[in-house]
Amino acid sequence: MLALTGVHAHYGPIEALRGVDLEVAHGEIVAMIGANGAGKSTLLMTICGAPVPSAGRILFDGADIAGLPTFEIVRRGIAQVPEGRRIFPRMTVLENLQMGAAAGDATPSALAAGLERAFALFPVLAERRTQRGGTLSGGEQQMLSIARALMARPRLLLLDEPSLGLAPMVVKQIFQVIGEINRAGTTVLLVEQNAYHALRLAHRGYVMAQGRVVMSGSGAALLADPDVRAAYLEGGAKPPPGA
Amino acid sequence: MPSAVDRLAVRGAGQLAGRLRDAAAAAFVTLVLALPLVGLRTVDQGGALVLETRWDWVAIGVAAVFVGRLALGLFAHLRLRVPRVVPRVAQGVAMPWLAWAVAGFAVALPFLPFADRYVIDLGTTLLIYVMLGWGLNVVVGLAGLLDLGYVAFYAVGAYAYALLALNFSLSFWICLPLAGLLAALFGIALGFPVLRLRGDYLAIVTLGFGEMVRIILINWQSLTNGPNGLPSIPRPSFFGLPFERAPAEGTTSFHQFFGLDFAPEHRLIFLYLLILALALLTNVFVLRLRRLPLGRAWEALREDEIACRALGINPTNVKLSAFAIGAMLGGFAGAFFATRQGFISPESFTFIESATIVAIVVLGGMGSQIGVVLAAAFLVLLPEIGREFAQFRMLVFGLAMILIMIWRPQGLLGHREPTVRLGRAAAPRP
Ligand SMILES: Nc1ncnc2c1ncn2[C@@H]1O[C@H](COP(=O)(O)OP(=O)(O)OP(=O)(O)O)[C@@H](O)[C@H]1O
Ligand SMILES: [Mg+2]
Repeated sequence: MLALTGVHAHYGPIEALRGVDLEVAHGEIVAMIGANGAGKSTLLMTICGAPVPSAGRILFDGADIAGLPTFEIVRRGIAQVPEGRRIFPRMTVLENLQMGAAAGDATPSALAAGLERAFALFPVLAERRTQRGGTLSGGEQQMLSIARALMARPRLLLLDEPSLGLAPMVVKQIFQVIGEINRAGTTVLLVEQNAYHALRLAHRGYVMAQGRVVMSGSGAALLADPDVRAAYLEGGAKPPPGA
Repeated sequence: MPSAVDRLAVRGAGQLAGRLRDAAAAAFVTLVLALPLVGLRTVDQGGALVLETRWDWVAIGVAAVFVGRLALGLFAHLRLRVPRVVPRVAQGVAMPWLAWAVAGFAVALPFLPFADRYVIDLGTTLLIYVMLGWGLNVVVGLAGLLDLGYVAFYAVGAYAYALLALNFSLSFWICLPLAGLLAALFGIALGFPVLRLRGDYLAIVTLGFGEMVRIILINWQSLTNGPNGLPSIPRPSFFGLPFERAPAEGTTSFHQFFGLDFAPEHRLIFLYLLILALALLTNVFVLRLRRLPLGRAWEALREDEIACRALGINPTNVKLSAFAIGAMLGGFAGAFFATRQGFISPESFTFIESATIVAIVVLGGMGSQIGVVLAAAFLVLLPEIGREFAQFRMLVFGLAMILIMIWRPQGLLGHREPTVRLGRAAAPRP
C-alpha cells in the first residue's frame, strides 16, 4: 500500500532522512521505533509532504505522492495523528471532530456516522463533546487527535507517539483501540518510543537511527532481538509486571 | 524579635519604595516624551514661526503620571474586584437576550421621541463601524490574520460605488454588489502575496497595502479626481422614489408618493434603516458561515495551521476566502458610506480608520459578534460624549483603552461561542 524507496529529507542544511526504504502492506500494523532525533517524526511528516523529500520515491497505492501538497496527499486517504496531538484548543470536541471530516465525505449522514464511530471507540469523547479541546486531559486529547484523524475514513493511519506522556492504563487503552482500528480495516504505521507495546501490537517493525532504517523484522522477532532489547527495552520502557 | 506587625510594616515599606521607584520611572518616560511633544510649540506670529515653551504643562503631565501610576500600583488589588461588574454580562449567559435587545433597540431607534437628526446620524455612523467590524472580524477574529489595511477595501467599495454611479448612472442596488465584488477581488489580490505571512509580518504588509490604495487614490487624478475627491455622488432613492422636495420633471418623490409632508429626516431614517439592514444581513451571513465547513476551517486555521494541513485542508483557499469575504463586506460598507456622504476623498480612508476597526474587533473580543457592537459603540460614542472637552478627547479615549486592556485583556466579550451544541445543529444566535 505504501512503499518508500531511498527517501531523503532536509531541514535546510540538516539531513534528517538519509535514504529510507520502508513498506507497509494493506491491513498491517507496522511499528517504527528509534531513539530521540532518529528522524521518525520527520519520516511521517515527509510521507505527508512537509518537508518535501529531496530524493527518493513515495508510492501510495502505486502512485508517486512525493512532491504533492499536503492536503492533496491527505485526500488520497492518508491521515496523520501528529506528534503533540495538535488539537484545536479553543474549539469544542465536536468541532474538532468535524474538522477531521474536511478531507472526506462531508455530507451530514457521513458526518453523523463518523461521530458515531468515534464515540464508539472513545466513549469518553461523547461525554466531553461540548468541552473545549484545550481543557481536555492529555489522554483525552490524544484520543481526540486519533478520533479526529479517523473522521475522514483514511485507509492509512500514521500515528506519532500516541503513548507520549500518558499513564500506563491509558497507554494500554490507546493501544487496544489502535488494534481495533486496524481490525476494522485501516492500515497503521505507528511511531513509538514505547517499544514494548508497539512491537507487541505490530505485525512488523522497523528500527531507525540517524535518518536510516537499521533493522527490520516481525514484531515478535524484534522484541526478542538482543540489540533491540538492549537499546530500547532494558533501559527504557520495561514490560510492566504481569503484562 | 520583631513582631508580626513590624514585619508587615517593613514589607509594606519595601513595597512602597518599589512603587515609588516604578512611578518615578513612568514619570521619567513621560518627561522625555512630553518635553518635545508638549513642552515646545510653534506659533505663527505675524508670519514668522516662533517657538513657545509650555514647561508648566510638562510639569502637570509628569506629576499626573507619577500620581496615577502610584495609585495604580497601590490599588492594584482593586483590579481583581472591578472586572466582575463588566463580565457578568459578558459571560455569555445573557448573550442571546442581550443581542436581541440591542437589535430591537436599533430597529426602534429612529422612531423614538429623542431621535433627532443628530442621533440618527450618529447611529448611522455607528452602524457603519459595526458593519466594518463584522467584516474585519472574519479576517482577524475568525481566520486569525491580522489585517491593518482593512480601510483599503472600504475605500475600494466607496470609490467603486461613486465611479459607477457617476459615470454610468447605475442605481445603488446595482452598484452595491459590484462594489462588493470589486473589493473582494482586491482582497484576493492582497491575499495572494501574503499567503505565507502570519502575525507581525502580515500586519506590516497589510498596513502597506492600505497606504498604497490611499496613495493611488490621491495620485490617479484622471480617475479619482485626486485629493479633491468625488463630489455629488447620487443619493439612494426609496426603490426609485427620490428623497427630494422638488423632484425632477416626471418623477415622483418619496413624500409625494406616500402623501407626506416633505421632511429631510426621511432620507436620514432611510439611510439608517438601510445600513441597519446591511449590518444585520452581514451578521446573519457571518454567523451562518461560521457553522459551515468553511467558517470552521477559518477558525481551525487560526488555531493551528499545521494541524489543518494534516487534516487535508488547503490553507491557500481558506485564507483567500477569508480575505475575499472580509473585503467584500468592507466594500459594501464603503458603498454605503459613499452614498450617504455624497462626497468622498482619500482623506476618509487613512490608517486611523484601519486602526479604529482593528481596535473594535480586538476590544470586542476577537471573533465575538455582539462584542463588536459594544466595542464600536464605545469607540464611536465616546469621542462624541467627550466633545465638550474637545482638547482632551484623545486623552480620554486612550485612557479608556488602557483601562479596558487592564480589566478585559481578552476583549469585552472574549468568550467564543461553540458553533455546535450537544450533537444537533446549534440553536440560532442573533
Ligand atoms: N523543523 C525542523 N527544523 C530543523 N530541524 C529539524 C526540524 N524538525 C526536526 N529536525 C531535526 O531533524 C532530526 C530528526 O528529528 P525528528 O523529530 O524526526 O526525530 P524523532 O525521531 O521524531 O525524535 P523524537 O523521538 O524525539 O520525537 C533531529 O535532529 C531534529 O533536530
Ligand atoms: Mg518525534
